[in-house]
Amino acid sequence: MGLFRWGLKHSPWVYHVNTGACNNCDIEIVDLITPRFDVERFGVQLVASPRHADALLVTGICTRQCRPRLQEVYRQTAKPCLVIVIGVCACSGGIFHDGYHRWGRVDDAILEVDPNAVFAYVPGCPPKPEAMALGVLKALSML
Amino acid sequence: MDESPLVNELKAHLGAKAQWVRETSKDNIFALVRPQDVPDCVRILWNEMHGRWGVITGVDVVGGIELLYHFIFDKHHRVVTLKTTVEKPFPEIESVTPIVPAAEWTEREAMDLLGVKFRNHPRPERLLLSDDWPEGVHPLRKDYQPKDPNA
Amino acid sequence: MSKRTMIPVGPYHPLQEEAEFFQLHVEGETVVDMDVRLSYNHRGIEKLIESKTFDQAPFAAERVCGICSASHPLAFVQAVESISNCQVPERALYLRTIVNELERIHSHMLWLGLAGHFIGYNTVFMWAWRYREPVLDLLEIVTGSRINYANVKVGGVRPDADLTPKKLAIIDKYMDDLKGPVEMLTKAVLDDPILHLRLKNVGVLTKEAARKCAVVGPTARASGVDIDTRRDHPYAAYDRVEWKVITQETGDVFGKAVVRLLEVAESIKIVRQGVRQIPGGPIDAGLKEIPPGEACGHVEAPRGETFHYVRSTGNNYPYRHKIRAPSYVNVASFKASCIGQPIADVCITLAAVDPCYSCTERMAVVVDAGTKQKTLTFNDLVRLSQEKTRSMMRNFKG
Repeated sequence: MGLFRWGLKHSPWVYHVNTGACNNCDIEIVDLITPRFDVERFGVQLVASPRHADALLVTGICTRQCRPRLQEVYRQTAKPCLVIVIGVCACSGGIFHDGYHRWGRVDDAILEVDPNAVFAYVPGCPPKPEAMALGVLKALSML
Repeated sequence: MDESPLVNELKAHLGAKAQWVRETSKDNIFALVRPQDVPDCVRILWNEMHGRWGVITGVDVVGGIELLYHFIFDKHHRVVTLKTTVEKPFPEIESVTPIVPAAEWTEREAMDLLGVKFRNHPRPERLLLSDDWPEGVHPLRKDYQPKDPNA
Repeated sequence: MSKRTMIPVGPYHPLQEEAEFFQLHVEGETVVDMDVRLSYNHRGIEKLIESKTFDQAPFAAERVCGICSASHPLAFVQAVESISNCQVPERALYLRTIVNELERIHSHMLWLGLAGHFIGYNTVFMWAWRYREPVLDLLEIVTGSRINYANVKVGGVRPDADLTPKKLAIIDKYMDDLKGPVEMLTKAVLDDPILHLRLKNVGVLTKEAARKCAVVGPTARASGVDIDTRRDHPYAAYDRVEWKVITQETGDVFGKAVVRLLEVAESIKIVRQGVRQIPGGPIDAGLKEIPPGEACGHVEAPRGETFHYVRSTGNNYPYRHKIRAPSYVNVASFKASCIGQPIADVCITLAAVDPCYSCTERMAVVVDAGTKQKTLTFNDLVRLSQEKTRSMMRNFKG
């Protein structure tokens, strides 16, 4: 495995995107950087711009208003960029899957932009921080 | 259930503008008014009786849209709701935002989701629905047919 | 006339998790106008609940917002209980109170951490969230989940949210252990001269503006508006325990911080009284049918009054369920407290209202009538805010 992938695997920078979520998953993601879970010891850092991101953490149901912005964020990331889909809302819509303001699945929105995008799914409502950390680390080990 | 003294106070202040005033359930007082009297009644509850503004609920019923103006009276431990109905197919009513600035968003929400027109609203723009949402489609109407987002 | 620049704030930035779209009009360094464009978070919950039964609806209602997730379903079931004229058993009232106060504690500590980050006090952020973790653990012990508790139902509380004497003892111990750190954090904030300089007279919401914008919760109480749904419209067991409503008169960010910190101490008191006074007995009124009718239910969520309206037509589904979250009115007051502020204070002013965007789906946007140049992101505003604090610290010591 090349140096680039080794670097990616060992120090992933992640950017969080909310496409219309209730806040639960998002707060638990921020929880990951706090002392108890402290994913920074694994090298995982939440970054402020998609351009610095190795992975996207996407939550939310992908509302009609958010879809173009999600696609724009994905375009701005440096490739390869792993998309980690967090929470059942982002995976399949959850209880909102019939919602009138929902565009559709998060992965479908990104596949419109990049048919070769790679996804990892962490279901739950919300998934516990341990599950998210495990999901992120497992996904990165796929690379 | 003992009726709150607020019921009589409301009757006195609203006078003939309220067709009836009743405490219909625990801590809830409702008053029926005509659409054209709504701004005056809101002014009475907001300015004269110093009620606290709550929100406007719109309900799609047969023949019209019911608008409910909720006020909270903390000292009396009650919620007072003014009820009125505006007729379809073109439901419209005078905006109360000039009287209660906090009403601005809730009226815009009723415009988006139920299609009620608020005359003289200072900013009658789309609030909640996406930029690409079709005009004239109001999701909270009972006859709204959603397209399956999974299709 | 000086040049007006438009600074879009958002839609994404690292610590305000929801998508937001603020647009600020500035002249020079001062905010002169601002507007809102929502809809990023609109999920259509009110319509969704019309297709859920009264028993299923609380599960949907609690996903309006993760931080107020005990308050929304409670307001809903209280509205339905008013329609049915239902007497909820006393034990259930105490169980509801305990969970709601634990939620208030974790929410205020969450806020403290975020506010600390915005002004560059990252230690406060880490400490506040570290001491918040045991509260989430406690909620998991009590209800089975850190967030999304699924504890209330129409007529009472769900069976697995009942508390054994052992769990009650654990809660009491946790609250006792939490008192020390909370006092420490409160003192650290209240006694810090830099924070006084940084937060006093910033983002002031006058009492008059607070009334006009109909704000609620700590945002209102910090401006001297003495309202609290727990005292004014007693529900659950709040009229059976001793506690104080906390108000301040200044209306600034510092005042809002004081209100929230002191409320955490009051919440600890309420929970400890709750676990000691809770009676035995049933936890469910066993309500089987909801008659036709309509009523409003409201609850003091951590951000303020959550107001729900429910109409029933006698069948098993709510005909209409209206949700007005506290942030709906509080976020609208941004404009009143932001105008005239320097840019460096914008993000702490915004954060001081403790906006829970998913409750409200609102994102403040300042619409620029002039140029639409993107000059700064929200992240830049956070940096400006942190830099202002650092420069105050340098000047203070020097």
